[in-house]
Amino acid sequence: MSEKVKDLRGTRLSAADLESKDTITFRGRPNAKYAWSAGIAYTKYLEELKNGRIVGRRCRQCDRVLVPPRMFCEQCFRATDEWVYIKGTGKINTYSISYLDADANRIKTPILVAVVDLDGASPGIGILHKLGNVDIEKIHVGMPVQAVWKPANERKGSVTDILYFEPIKEK
Amino acid sequence: MTVAIVGVGHTSFQSTTPDISFKEQMFEAAVKAYEDAGVNPRKDIASFLTAAEDYYEGYSIFDEFVPDQLGAVLRSVCTIGGDGLLALINGVMQIETGLFDVVAIEAHSKASDILTFPGIVTHGLDPIYNRAFNVHPYFVAGLEMRRYLHETGTTREQCAAVVVKNKQNALSNPSAAYAAKMTMDDVMNSEFVSDPLTRRDISPLADGVIVMVLASEEKAKDLSDDPVWLKGVGWCSDTPWIESRTWSTAEYARLAAERAYKMAGIKNPQKQIAFAEVDDWFSYKELQHIEALGLCENGEAGKLLEQGNFSRNGKLPVNVSGGRIGAGNLLEASALQSVLECVLQLQGRAGTRQLKDAETAVAQSWRGVPTATGCVAVLSSEL
Repeated sequence: MSEKVKDLRGTRLSAADLESKDTITFRGRPNAKYAWSAGIAYTKYLEELKNGRIVGRRCRQCDRVLVPPRMFCEQCFRATDEWVYIKGTGKINTYSISYLDADANRIKTPILVAVVDLDGASPGIGILHKLGNVDIEKIHVGMPVQAVWKPANERKGSVTDILYFEPIKEK
Repeated sequence: MTVAIVGVGHTSFQSTTPDISFKEQMFEAAVKAYEDAGVNPRKDIASFLTAAEDYYEGYSIFDEFVPDQLGAVLRSVCTIGGDGLLALINGVMQIETGLFDVVAIEAHSKASDILTFPGIVTHGLDPIYNRAFNVHPYFVAGLEMRRYLHETGTTREQCAAVVVKNKQNALSNPSAAYAAKMTMDDVMNSEFVSDPLTRRDISPLADGVIVMVLASEEKAKDLSDDPVWLKGVGWCSDTPWIESRTWSTAEYARLAAERAYKMAGIKNPQKQIAFAEVDDWFSYKELQHIEALGLCENGEAGKLLEQGNFSRNGKLPVNVSGGRIGAGNLLEASALQSVLECVLQLQGRAGTRQLKDAETAVAQSWRGVPTATGCVAVLSSEL
């Protein structure tokens, strides 16, 4: 608003006004539901997560391993060639400490979000997940981490079958 | 205008495709189109345009999800919030600027991913005036069909004949999702959805992807032995007020056609157009659109269709592909399905449904209820 405007004409409405019976309001809730098809690559990925394994696809032309897997290489624009199993270890590529939840509520225990470059995948090919069992002060780019899985009978074929990534203890 | 279509690629059209993602479907169509055009997207295509409506996708800012499978990573990409023909027209204009000489156009439908299609369409209605009645949004088509029949004297039987024709045509289209040998009774006796509109008057939803490669005149001659030239294009929107529309005629289509014809030098479409692919989301829309394109006089389309004028072996074949009713309603991609059929016919690649001696065609699109928006393109095998 321009700084020159000192006084607003009209009547300000408060939340109470909007809920009272003498204002006219409309409510609408969109009926928008979807069932996204995961496709060939993601289906295999999710099935293998349920088995406690991380699978990727190799493109033989650029020799990259793509995780999560894709049936085509976006660099070479060709079909990828083979399934490759990847260990659940890697290094933190980047991370952020979120003090807001999805509804923008301020939370006391922050959510530690990270992209982890997985060992065995190509540089810049990572998995987006949470960090856990970690001292916030000690998190750093390049920190070695490993996947902590849910027990087999609790896994459903979801990225949340991995609970979080935790630091690998130095021996 | 000197832009041509030099390559087309598409998936088959299917009622559902739960085994494959939209990305994998797009990749298939893109590979085929680039192979057809003889281009490598990572080197030869400078700009990529997708037609998509976020609400159909269930993704916000859908542009972001298309580069990988089109070979468009780190290239110029944009999404047109309209149908596939509008994306194609924008691609034509990009080439006309001189900035690009080869561009790719993509349109798709993953309708089977949408669980609440009526809810999505309802969200296109004005929230304050038109959403209060808890009615299926196809009531808008019921209102339009009633007024169209009333003013023109067109009959429900004539609308049913559109369904029979397009389902029959689709039998010769191996890509079609809903080909069928259907009788007039099958259509007339199907249950009312919004009287006078019956279930069979409505095109069933389908999944599918279409990709096309456009090129400038110089590049087109270089790439292709039989480019299909875009001779004229037009697009137009009527008022969003359902209460203030001209129901009996599709004014958006009439004006879009007027512009496209003027650009293409078409003075007498009935003589100069060999065949047409028009929007048939609902049976009566095909008749209304035939009239709007000047392929017959207003109010005459139903009668002429009954007499076989618009059949595959008629004087002016319409929707030889099967249209939305036979090939499947591909949402924003049906517009490109219409163009695809024109290209295949004009290049003599339409298989058992090939028309003879066809040189100039018109493709027309409509964005469906509750819109009054559509595009027209005139295509020719001759420059």
